[in-house]
Amino acid sequence: MKKKLVMIGNGMAGVSFVEQLLKLNPHRYDITIIGAEPHPNYNRIMLSSVLAGDANMQDIVLNDWDWYRDNNILLHAGQTAESIDTAKQLVKTDKGITVEYDELVIASGSLPFMLPLPGADKEGVIAFRDIKDCETMIEASKNYRKAVVIGGGLLGLEAARGLVNLNMEVSVVHIFNFLMERQLDPTASKLLQKELESQGMNFLLEKQSDSIIGKKRVAGLKFKDGTHVDADLIVMAVGIKPNVQLAKDCGIEVNRGIVVNDYLQTSIPNIHAVGECAEHRGIAYGLVAPLYEQGAILAKKLAGVESDGYQGSVVSTKLKVSGVNVFSAGRFTDEPGTKALRVQDDLEGVYKKVVFENGKVVGAVLFGDTSDSSRLFSVIRSGEDFSGREKEVLFGPSGGGQTVSTADLVSNMSGDEIVCGCNGVTKDTIIEAITEKGCVSVGEIKACTKASGGCGGCKPLVEAILTTTLGVDNVAAVKEGICGCTAHSRDEVVEAIQRMRLTTTKEVMHVLEWNNPEGCSKCRPALNYYLGMAFPEEHEDELESRFVNERNHANIQKDGTFSVVPRIYGGVTTPEDLKKIATVAEKYKVPLVKITGGQRIDLLGVKKEDLPGMWKDLDMPSGYAYGKALRTVKTCVGSTFCRFGTQDSIKMGIDMEKKFERLNTPHKVKLAVSGCPRNCAEATIKDLGVVAIDGGWEIYVAGNGGTRVRAADLLTKVKTEEEVLEWTGAYLQYYRETANWNERTSEWSLRIGLDTVKKALESKEDRDALNSRIDKTLGLMKDPWQQIVESDDLRKAFDALTAPTSPEAAATGETTGL
Amino acid sequence: MNEVIVGHISEFPERRGRVFRLGELELALFKLSDGEVKAVENLCPHKNGKLSEGMVCDHHVYCPLHDWKIDLHDGLVQAPDEGCVRTFPITVDASGNVVLTIGAPAETKVS
Repeated sequence: MKKKLVMIGNGMAGVSFVEQLLKLNPHRYDITIIGAEPHPNYNRIMLSSVLAGDANMQDIVLNDWDWYRDNNILLHAGQTAESIDTAKQLVKTDKGITVEYDELVIASGSLPFMLPLPGADKEGVIAFRDIKDCETMIEASKNYRKAVVIGGGLLGLEAARGLVNLNMEVSVVHIFNFLMERQLDPTASKLLQKELESQGMNFLLEKQSDSIIGKKRVAGLKFKDGTHVDADLIVMAVGIKPNVQLAKDCGIEVNRGIVVNDYLQTSIPNIHAVGECAEHRGIAYGLVAPLYEQGAILAKKLAGVESDGYQGSVVSTKLKVSGVNVFSAGRFTDEPGTKALRVQDDLEGVYKKVVFENGKVVGAVLFGDTSDSSRLFSVIRSGEDFSGREKEVLFGPSGGGQTVSTADLVSNMSGDEIVCGCNGVTKDTIIEAITEKGCVSVGEIKACTKASGGCGGCKPLVEAILTTTLGVDNVAAVKEGICGCTAHSRDEVVEAIQRMRLTTTKEVMHVLEWNNPEGCSKCRPALNYYLGMAFPEEHEDELESRFVNERNHANIQKDGTFSVVPRIYGGVTTPEDLKKIATVAEKYKVPLVKITGGQRIDLLGVKKEDLPGMWKDLDMPSGYAYGKALRTVKTCVGSTFCRFGTQDSIKMGIDMEKKFERLNTPHKVKLAVSGCPRNCAEATIKDLGVVAIDGGWEIYVAGNGGTRVRAADLLTKVKTEEEVLEWTGAYLQYYRETANWNERTSEWSLRIGLDTVKKALESKEDRDALNSRIDKTLGLMKDPWQQIVESDDLRKAFDALTAPTSPEAAATGETTGL
Repeated sequence: MNEVIVGHISEFPERRGRVFRLGELELALFKLSDGEVKAVENLCPHKNGKLSEGMVCDHHVYCPLHDWKIDLHDGLVQAPDEGCVRTFPITVDASGNVVLTIGAPAETKVS
């Protein structure tokens, strides 16, 4: 026979307690819930969002009807508990139902405090507490203009913001001289007021309400100083009071709230109270997070699980008004014995105050920038001693920059600590969602646990838990895996290739446990490049892992035809070569002959089958216009003819192109040489560019004239042509060995830093080592066009298959409706 | 319904495409790494790219023009892209001849 658990109240604190009880001990009780509102449990905190139009009613339901059914909970919604018979252990409702209990939990919440003003019973005077109040405001906004909110606290300002959003003229009446005096200090409060005034609110401070005027419906509000304000809607948001009448009537000890001990027990056995109706150690809380903490303790108690009991809560406040960032926590007023650290930046509209007592953070106020809120709230609760290093709390250990790391923050949180105050989600629940349910993003965690689904204030903390749980390395690896087939980064892959002497893409994928057995179009060419870079002599280039252009040594065009670009070293050609190109273009009926941007000639629209024949007839080396390789070396006329030329840029360019042609690189590489500082070859937007100066050469690197235009950086100045080749070789090899596949030098240099590049090339010894490696690679390269022309096997791949079919079979093929 | 010998298995490099033309029809033929041969129309449904030039990864081919991924078993374009390529039954007989069947009802025509 199960025990009967009855709960009076169907709100956030009570239902959260039931949820936690079901997790701990799902079969111990038959549960009945009596709730006055005709709704399942919804998120009262989000009412402001509903009013502001950021959410609708559906969005704020926390437990829908199905949840009650699925958990065998009997819900009497729309019924109010009228009396408790503590002797017979019975609860009676206003609809005449009697429910027996073995354990009773009172979670009756609180009631809005209505000022007992003359005229407070008029139509159009409401509170801001539940869905019905929201509906009344939305309705009123359709027919009326002037709204007055009495109360400049958290709730009042959120109500006011909602009414502004409903296009009403809103005045906020407050009895004190600054807003939110319980959550903010005067400085932050004035900043807030200025911000809200700019959002269209009008403030009437230090005004004591006297009476509400009007006939049937409210028409205005009169103050004790004789002034008055017009109003056709008045929202009272001056506070809440614990809903204790029921407990009082049946003899339970009541102070401001229902008095409970650390285990949430009232003065009568088997009756407990939790949430806003309860008073613990003299405090009745009106915020959600502590109520979840109470619920967790009560759940343990009723599930028969040991706990240390409830010790009270440090509370924090966030104002849920869009465009305003306000946070406060703990004791933030300047009391004797406390010292405050204040930062005020009027330029940015930021104010931060942290209050210390004996070296410990006891409170904080943030305005404008609340990014530190989770961290500050955590150090307030942890009681960490910052004696002598108080400034680290705001400025980090070095007095600037990094503060306490979020990883430390997360690891210092206990598992049952509430991370998401809006939805009462603990750190453990979030970790479980990551480890057990495989959540890998804040979005997934939100869908799974509701954490960060309320005001969003805990999002940084949820992110931090995600990062620390998955491990920074894993998260980073997930982000930086070279493609979707693996979590391994480029450096890990290359390191594995070199350490284990892996020789094929298949081997790499096997050893490093790729997700796809044969990789994808991104990793296959990348691995093929890395293998060739690591072991130029042993690696057999995998044609099947090369992109079409590099496999066929021609650029594929939109219609499936190809283009042919022969090498024209340094952009210098001869009449014979031009005639040869023209003859070939005519012979193969090339539809378009074009001069390229890299000082060469492009023959476009060539059929794949014609490529080997054209190459044979051209008898020129491939210009590699299709490859992740050295493309062209652009030159100006230089001292050969130019009246300004200081050096022979043409010869320099041709020498460079002859030395480095056919080189495979992580991405395409374009070079240029200018014969004087007029830089006609545009050498300063190339991967490497050389500019002649009087008596030497400047070498510029990591420029780009493409997607993201970038001016090159000066790498060094040298005196001789040999040195130009030496530096170019070392630089290109260093790029080959350290860049990601598909990363241009401009991106690469930004990523690793120009200083790193400079350092790597600083010593002659290092440059020589790099050059010996690049020379080895270059020595192995052969002209691909010639190779294909000379090899029947390679040539065959360019031909289509033709079936030895009879004419009628072919005809059938054509007439089968294919 | 018609069987055509398109060539010998030795003429098919592994994980590489070959083109086969028959009248107006152009097919892309692939030998997968498990020795199986696949035949699809040589036309990517996106921008008519030649699938024969694509990179072959297990039983998928990536179109060389814009990297669409196509399953060679059923011709279906893989998410996030959508579409379908016609497939044709193709087998290797005992003596290594690659035999294509055209005009067969087994051709997929997934809408």
